[in-house]
Amino acid sequence: MFSLENITRIIHEWLNSHFNPTIALVTEFILVGVASITLFALLGLSLVWMERKVAAVMQIRLGPNRVGPKGIFQTTADTLKLLMKEGLVPDGADKFLFNLAPFIVMIVGMLILAPIAFAKNFQIWDINIGVLYLSAISSLSVIGILMAGWASNNKYSLLGAMRSGAQIVSYELSAGLSVLSIVVMTGSLSIKDIILSQQDGWWIFKAHIPALISFIIFIIAVTAETNRAPFDMAEAESELTAGFHTEYSGMRFALFFLAEYINIFIVCAIGATLFFGGWMPLHIGNWQAFNHIMDYIPSSLWFFGKTLGLIFLIMWFRWTFPRLRIDQLLNLEWKYLLPISMFNLLLMAVVAIKGWHF
Amino acid sequence: MIEEIGRTTEGDLIINVGPQHPATHGVLHLVITLNGETIKKVEPHLGYIHRSIEKMCESLSYRQFIYVTSRMDYLSSHINNHACALCVEKGLQIEVPQRAQYIRVIMDELTRIASHELWWGAMAMDLGAFTPFFHAFRERENITDIMEKTCGARLTMNYMVPGGVMAELHPDFQKDVQRFIQLYKSKFEEYNELVTGNIIFQNRMKSVGVLSKEDAISYGCSGPVARASGVFCDIRKLYPYDIYNKVEFEEIIETEGDSFARYLVRLKEMQQSIHIIEQLLGDIPEGDFQAKTKAVLKLPKGEFYQRVETARGELGVYIVSEGGTTPYRIKFRSPGFSNLSALEHMVKGLKIGDLIAAMGSLDLVIPDIDR
Amino acid sequence: MFLKDYIKDVYGAIRSVLKGMRVTGYYFTHHKEIITEQYPDNRETLKLAERFRGEVVLLHDEKNEHACTGCSACEIACPNGTIKIINKFDISPDGKKKKAIDTFVYHLELCTMCNLCIEACPTDAIKMAQTFEHSVFDRSKLTKKLNNEGSKLREGIE
Repeated sequence: MFSLENITRIIHEWLNSHFNPTIALVTEFILVGVASITLFALLGLSLVWMERKVAAVMQIRLGPNRVGPKGIFQTTADTLKLLMKEGLVPDGADKFLFNLAPFIVMIVGMLILAPIAFAKNFQIWDINIGVLYLSAISSLSVIGILMAGWASNNKYSLLGAMRSGAQIVSYELSAGLSVLSIVVMTGSLSIKDIILSQQDGWWIFKAHIPALISFIIFIIAVTAETNRAPFDMAEAESELTAGFHTEYSGMRFALFFLAEYINIFIVCAIGATLFFGGWMPLHIGNWQAFNHIMDYIPSSLWFFGKTLGLIFLIMWFRWTFPRLRIDQLLNLEWKYLLPISMFNLLLMAVVAIKGWHF
Repeated sequence: MIEEIGRTTEGDLIINVGPQHPATHGVLHLVITLNGETIKKVEPHLGYIHRSIEKMCESLSYRQFIYVTSRMDYLSSHINNHACALCVEKGLQIEVPQRAQYIRVIMDELTRIASHELWWGAMAMDLGAFTPFFHAFRERENITDIMEKTCGARLTMNYMVPGGVMAELHPDFQKDVQRFIQLYKSKFEEYNELVTGNIIFQNRMKSVGVLSKEDAISYGCSGPVARASGVFCDIRKLYPYDIYNKVEFEEIIETEGDSFARYLVRLKEMQQSIHIIEQLLGDIPEGDFQAKTKAVLKLPKGEFYQRVETARGELGVYIVSEGGTTPYRIKFRSPGFSNLSALEHMVKGLKIGDLIAAMGSLDLVIPDIDR
Repeated sequence: MFLKDYIKDVYGAIRSVLKGMRVTGYYFTHHKEIITEQYPDNRETLKLAERFRGEVVLLHDEKNEHACTGCSACEIACPNGTIKIINKFDISPDGKKKKAIDTFVYHLELCTMCNLCIEACPTDAIKMAQTFEHSVFDRSKLTKKLNNEGSKLREGIE
């Protein structure tokens, strides 16, 4: 049966048998780096295509359908166009910070890729504090955004970046609390343990009501964290300029644009791992025959299927709802999401202690 | 789109909104004085699309000047043409046949629905939801297809002439309109679910841009803007023309005067228009579609005024004639001009995001303001 | 009391949000609702309404004859000088001078398709065609001569 862990095992054994261990390790580092950059590029291209097609069908029209069959090369054409554009650095902008900002956002994205399990035994780095690591590193992206707003030497970019920063920092609280509630059930922060604990069913089914509330809050919070509609006031098109990335053009803008879609993929991957079992197939209790059939589908397919489902949900939000005003946005977080998620954490703790889950 | 042009000495910021807009507002240039993020003063600069229509009409005969008015408020072009034809008929004392009157009113109401559909889509797009725009255009497409079969054009239909209408109805007209009405009724529930009932839309529109009843009257607002503040000003009820005194429809009045009230007024007006069309469609009387008039029309010396209710408000056509074949002076009282003057009062003290919502709820068409 | 209102708020908000999502979800799953016309590909099957106002053409029958007497009613009715009729004088078989049309100049770049000329024509010689692709690279191509070479007035039209 096709499985990604076989590929990594074969490469590992081949390298160790031909070279000394240090060189094998360094080669593996380089291979992993190249693989993650490739994954980013492919993901960016296909997610943009997916967004345009989903938007089009919801708006009763066809999306891109001329460049390549069903328009799949449209994003490649757009990226080539962006690369050929002149990358202006505005007068008076802080050159070093201006150039550094998009790279910080991309680097943060790649760092988060490390503990995510794409398939069975196919994880770059399984540390024992996986969830804490994810939470901590995703907070670093705020630095990139504030850097971009400050270094642009433009009052409206700064305003947009400040708003964006405030929004991200507030919604991280609710996202963190929702994640915590699953950790309470699992008892471990390591991603591998969390997935393995869903061997007999996904947490969203096992811990019924609290997990559902947790999941809803998580989805709303990560939509706000990645600055997607309906929470994209900071970069709204028909309002005050385009936010923190107004002054970026050409390749740097392409990096910001790509980084936004990668962020969506990452937070959906985290959501899929925590609530829907990551690469774990759908098992129901101890129905052995059913579970055995489900195991035939490769685990990487399970993982990507769940993540794409959550990504579709986030895109569905974007094309249905209008924007929230900035004060309504912060209102939603501090008055509604935070109290409910704190209460939910209590509820989940009670459920875990009393054993009222499946 | 927005650039800073200067600071006054008190530390206020002056910025430009427009004249190019991402939404379908047209070329409206607003100069806004901000204090931090709060709006202190809004000054519209007009004239970017002034085409001197009134001066042009002085060299066109009474049959020829009607087509130019289609381009004034291009979303309610039938109603504009209707107003001009009525004014000329008033001057010449022409009796319009019943069949032509029925056709004119049905075309007017269809245009009103099409205009409100486009407003609905554009308003949702201003607030950030891109999907209702396309759904609105699908309905509008049906109406323009009906117009194309009978009048020959889709946007600037030059179909009303002094004395009636230009051509006979297409044989498929009644069937097409029936089909459209059935389709439309089923879509209305969708509009409520997608936009009106949505908590986010309601929060963006409620209590934004409040216009009290006294202010609405003193600024000269008309149409849905005034009716949302409680003013009874529907010209179709107060000064009925053609057969509006024979059809039954309600005048929609709301009292809060905020953007959500204006939104609800227009939505319910669409339903009332469907009601009017349903009443008239079945019994269009037989007869002429155009009264016999002389080849060259000469209005007697004097002044003639006619007011109609367009989708935006009260349009007035004022013709001064010296007895010749061309008018001496024509003046159009446009509804958008007076509605726009109330904008500053509505948004003082609010944030920029609210300005966009309030502007969207006013339903401005800039060629109507600039002529 | 505050708690009851709070919970009612949250519940109402979630319900309205789900209703909105149901509408867009319906359109996502029903691809038959897509109404885009794939324009340059469907030129053969495109059918416009027969009264569609594309451009003015002079009707010619199989014998290359038209019905235009050169009365200039359309030229007078046109609001912006789009039509210009140039007449010539034919010598008819019994020696009388008769007015006939030499050139029917039509400025497509000025025409607003208002239909007044068609209404004014007493012999129904002109009508609106259904072409709508008028863009050209050279502006002089838009000034058209509507009567064909060697065509003449049909018999019996005054």
